[in-house]
Amino acid sequence: MAQLKASLLIFRIPLLLVIWFSTPLATAQSLDVSDWSSIEQQARGKTVYFNAWGGEPRINSYLNWVAGVLDERFDINLQHVKVSDIATAVSKIVAERQARNDSNGSIDLLWINGENFASLKENKLLFGPWAEKQPNFNLVNADRFPEMREDFTVATDGLESPWTRSQLVFYYDKQWLTEPPRTIEQILNWSRENPGEFTYPRPPAFLGSTFLKQAVLELSNKDSALYSPVTDEEFKRVTAALWDYLDALHPTLLRAGRYFPNSAAELRRLMGDGEISLALAFNPNEALLSVRTGELPQSTRTYVLQDGTIGNVSFLAIPYNAQHKAAAMITANFLLSIEAQARASDPNYMGSTTVISIEDLDETARGQFDPLSSELTTASPEELSRKLQEPHPSWTPALERAWIQRYSAR
Amino acid sequence: MLRWASYSLILLLAAPILLGTFIASLPAFGYFPPLGSTEFSLDPWRDLFEVPGLTRSVLISLISGVLTPLIALTLVFLYLASATGSKLDLWIRRLVSPLLAFPHAAAAFGLAFLIAPSGLLSRILSPGLTGWERPPDLLIVNDTWGFSLLFGLIVKEVPFLLLMSLSALPQLKPRQRVEVARTLGYRPTIAWLKVIAPSLYPLVRLPVIAVIVFASATVDVALILGPTLPPTLSVRILTWFNDPDLNLRFLAAAGALLQLGTSMLAIAIWLALEKLCAALWRFWLATGNRDSGERLAFTVGRSAMPIVLMVVAGSLLALLTNAFAGPWRFPSALPSAWTIQHWLNSMQDLSTPLFNTLVISVLATLLALLLVIATLESERQSGNQKSTAMWLLYLPLLVPQLVFLFGIIVMTEFVGWQANLSLVIFGHLLFVLPYVFLSLSEAYRQLDPRWSQVASTLGASQLRTFWRIRIPLLLAPCLTAVAIGMAISISLFLPTQLLGAGRVTTITSEAIALTSGASRNLISVWAIVQLSLPMLGFMAALFIPKFVWHNRSGMFETR
Repeated sequence: MAQLKASLLIFRIPLLLVIWFSTPLATAQSLDVSDWSSIEQQARGKTVYFNAWGGEPRINSYLNWVAGVLDERFDINLQHVKVSDIATAVSKIVAERQARNDSNGSIDLLWINGENFASLKENKLLFGPWAEKQPNFNLVNADRFPEMREDFTVATDGLESPWTRSQLVFYYDKQWLTEPPRTIEQILNWSRENPGEFTYPRPPAFLGSTFLKQAVLELSNKDSALYSPVTDEEFKRVTAALWDYLDALHPTLLRAGRYFPNSAAELRRLMGDGEISLALAFNPNEALLSVRTGELPQSTRTYVLQDGTIGNVSFLAIPYNAQHKAAAMITANFLLSIEAQARASDPNYMGSTTVISIEDLDETARGQFDPLSSELTTASPEELSRKLQEPHPSWTPALERAWIQRYSAR
Repeated sequence: MLRWASYSLILLLAAPILLGTFIASLPAFGYFPPLGSTEFSLDPWRDLFEVPGLTRSVLISLISGVLTPLIALTLVFLYLASATGSKLDLWIRRLVSPLLAFPHAAAAFGLAFLIAPSGLLSRILSPGLTGWERPPDLLIVNDTWGFSLLFGLIVKEVPFLLLMSLSALPQLKPRQRVEVARTLGYRPTIAWLKVIAPSLYPLVRLPVIAVIVFASATVDVALILGPTLPPTLSVRILTWFNDPDLNLRFLAAAGALLQLGTSMLAIAIWLALEKLCAALWRFWLATGNRDSGERLAFTVGRSAMPIVLMVVAGSLLALLTNAFAGPWRFPSALPSAWTIQHWLNSMQDLSTPLFNTLVISVLATLLALLLVIATLESERQSGNQKSTAMWLLYLPLLVPQLVFLFGIIVMTEFVGWQANLSLVIFGHLLFVLPYVFLSLSEAYRQLDPRWSQVASTLGASQLRTFWRIRIPLLLAPCLTAVAIGMAISISLFLPTQLLGAGRVTTITSEAIALTSGASRNLISVWAIVQLSLPMLGFMAALFIPKFVWHNRSGMFETR
């Protein structure tokens, strides 16, 4: 498989170069990003095809609300194109590039981070820089929070606008499990004694990939190689411990590791049905939200591993060939507003963690954000401050491919 | 003057499918100019055979491809042998059309929610009968060898094969033949199996082969019920096709050809089985045995349909409870509260897909109806019956969807077309046409020609007889054809998904997209919407003629 991957990579680079030089640069630069009122003018009456992961109903209905507001205030028609994996949108943009569709792209805005951003940026398939010109960008206080300008170690360079924060958390059912495991090693020991009580989503589902990254970070003692582009040699060296770990862990998982849920939501379903007693999520409020809707029992508790867990920011980007860039920018700016972010972080709606720096807000604006920390179900702010940085984006697909190669046909 | 109709029908069905299949095979051999590759090579095949677990993926596709029609057809024949003319039969005949309209995806979801370790069945039995306080750690849905997939396919294909058999049976005059056999001392079930089955089989052979192709290449049912480590070949091809690394397109193309080969191999195995069965039948006929095995055949046949019905009813029940369930902890048999919140939450999301579904299914079906009526009319006027080759009509059902749709996408990429609604409607038309033709042709051909002749002798023109005599007389079959066409269109997943490139969403494509994320409750809401649309269509097809002809009692006898 490594061979296959390498051959594909070798194949891809010249291919992209050929396409790059054979087509004229057609990025529409008639937009003056610093003149926001003219952008608002140009955005009127336009449709924004927003490609975003559609697997979470709460996010979908939040975006429905956003569509209503945008229509009312800016005369923008927001269409949420629900994708099961945003990588499909990335491939779509590449395909359009190859088909020389340089101005009539089918995607206006997309929700990405990590390897997808890295590959779009590397191939110059993004419009911009525009993100830091947005009136609402200063709300994130990027000087204090450098992660607003850095996506999995790759500089955003104004090509994407922050949207939400995520952090890996674990949650368990107190009814079946009193003292949850606090490290990756402890998870294995606990699972050996309690077989069938834990599982994780099948990579490349992003939560599953995040679990692999968390495990490899802990097992390798945060090896510095994880923070630079992956090479075959380093990959072999750093991940050897991971495969030993997974080889030992899988037989102790739910269905003896012969089946893995395909998403965070399916994992949550298994938890709600009482099939497992320990699970993980990438939204620190997930357990709280699901307890409120009755999907999870009241006895659910959330925590962060002892040495911290992976946290990241996800962003909104505009493809170079988007048809309605102005309208896409207005949409992104609205999504970054206090109003939209406050609603997004409200557990009655989307329940995500905001990217806005709340401490910098005045009293009234701060009041719009509902503090969740008092809830029993969530992890404490102190726990959530134990954050690990995402590895370099090239590690994600490498880990996913290796996992699929090793475990998809056992 | 209507010759264009049958030509365009042929062109419409054959060209995209044959051309699509051919073009899909180009990238499989490394030729794909849109990706800058203009030389032929065998690399895609080398990559394909290095894919881990490929053998098992192919095997699972083969197993479901051969066992689904085998078991489904056996059940249908045993049922027909044992129950023809009984009270049960009257009921089943009424239920078979609505059963057929139950979309595959909705049925698969329902079945999954019924038989999963934490499903409805297990909740009803627990903890009383099983002692389970928590769901058992059993791999039932998504099992490694695809048995739940097989089960789901059988439950869906039995009604299809039954309907096909029922429509073919009358020409065999089964009652008279069985009576003759009975006077020779054969028990009724044995008589049917010995006398009717061998002549019925050739009449349903094409539908059976369509079942083989569908079962070996299904994507939507396999996504819901099929194994995941590794998944079936068809699901893997779709994954490669959607991969952000466009170079996997070559792999996907090679995979699509392998899928074609797998389906063909399944058909070849089936043909060998046919030979074997024919030999066995000849031997069995020659023994002159009149009653042994009757009890078994009778019991299996009589219980087959009620079991299938019960499974479908159970699935429906699982969907309904989940769609209205509040918090529902295992092992409670029923939710602790009922709610319509899931419906309220879905309202907004439902509107666009619902609108698209209706537009696509109505336009595709009307287009199909127009073409089919024009073809049948030209057939009638030229007196050249059955000039339209049957196998051609079955073409979209005989070539795995994935293969030629893939080719059509490649074609649009060559030309630089964008995915849009009309492309999706065209894709749907390919699948709707055969069903509309099959359901309308018999009624059209069998309409007593004397009605038109009388009209002509009274001086009516061709056109006038068509509009004033034939169409009104055929109102009911036309509406049934429309209902079937729409039901097919509503249940289609791949054409929408591939040709619409995710931008055109229907109830079915959205429901299947939910598999990866949504709660059981939400999936149930969508599945119920999905299955109620075709039901409404069938109800309309049943009641409109009754309403239009409420003062024409004679119209009910012509049906």
